[in-house]
Amino acid sequence: MTNTAESTRSVVIERVFPHPPEKLWRALTESTLIAQWLMKNDFEPVSGRKFQFRFDPMPQWNGIIDCEVLIVDPLKQLSYTWGALGLDSVVLFTLTPAEGGTHLRMEQSGFRPDQQQAYGGAKYGWQKFFDNLQRVLTEGAA
Amino acid sequence: MVFDVKPASRNRVFHALADPTRRAIFEELSRQGEQTVHALTHFAGVSQPAVSKHLTVLKRAKLVRHRRDGRETHYRVQPDALAPMVDWLRDYSAFWRDRFDRLEALLERMDP
Repeated sequence: MTNTAESTRSVVIERVFPHPPEKLWRALTESTLIAQWLMKNDFEPVSGRKFQFRFDPMPQWNGIIDCEVLIVDPLKQLSYTWGALGLDSVVLFTLTPAEGGTHLRMEQSGFRPDQQQAYGGAKYGWQKFFDNLQRVLTEGAA
Repeated sequence: MVFDVKPASRNRVFHALADPTRRAIFEELSRQGEQTVHALTHFAGVSQPAVSKHLTVLKRAKLVRHRRDGRETHYRVQPDALAPMVDWLRDYSAFWRDRFDRLEALLERMDP
């Protein structure tokens, strides 16, 4: 397992789908379509709207993920908060036209962007912290 | 399936590291090895009670551990301190890879 500063801060998944951005956008923003690949939901593509994803309940978890829409930039960006198991994270989808289709990037960050922003310019900014973290993790594994 | 239901420990780690002073203290400990509360107070540039409070939060998150030596308390980074964070990243990586596969299948089924 390789740890980079980027992967330590967040989960990033990227893929090129051989479909136009319009189609991908529908799959990301229409509730019934979202349910077919992600989870049951009451999503609406309106900034500020609160919604829920519903996962199968588990012994220690009711399976509910509380979300709030942050960014709806048609065909380009979609972002919402993702609150599950006591932790608020942020999911950000970015669509970019690619040869023969659309490049989709999903980044889920364990820290809210406002935190990153607030501390970004500080002496102990996140980037520096995670660079060091990587070193700690590497040494820990050795 | 993918979600490892151990929220409390993970949440404590994220919460503890969301504060810049605590992050700086944790970083200093991982860089310098074991430090006394005195040394950490000098480093952080805040009052000793404030540093002690921060250390308590880090301790509860199991990010650091301490030992007493006479009147001094020494702190150091707990091995595997960041494991809950690494688990979180691993769980969600698996989850999203699986969902992207489903998305790909859905796009094939959808009308153009």
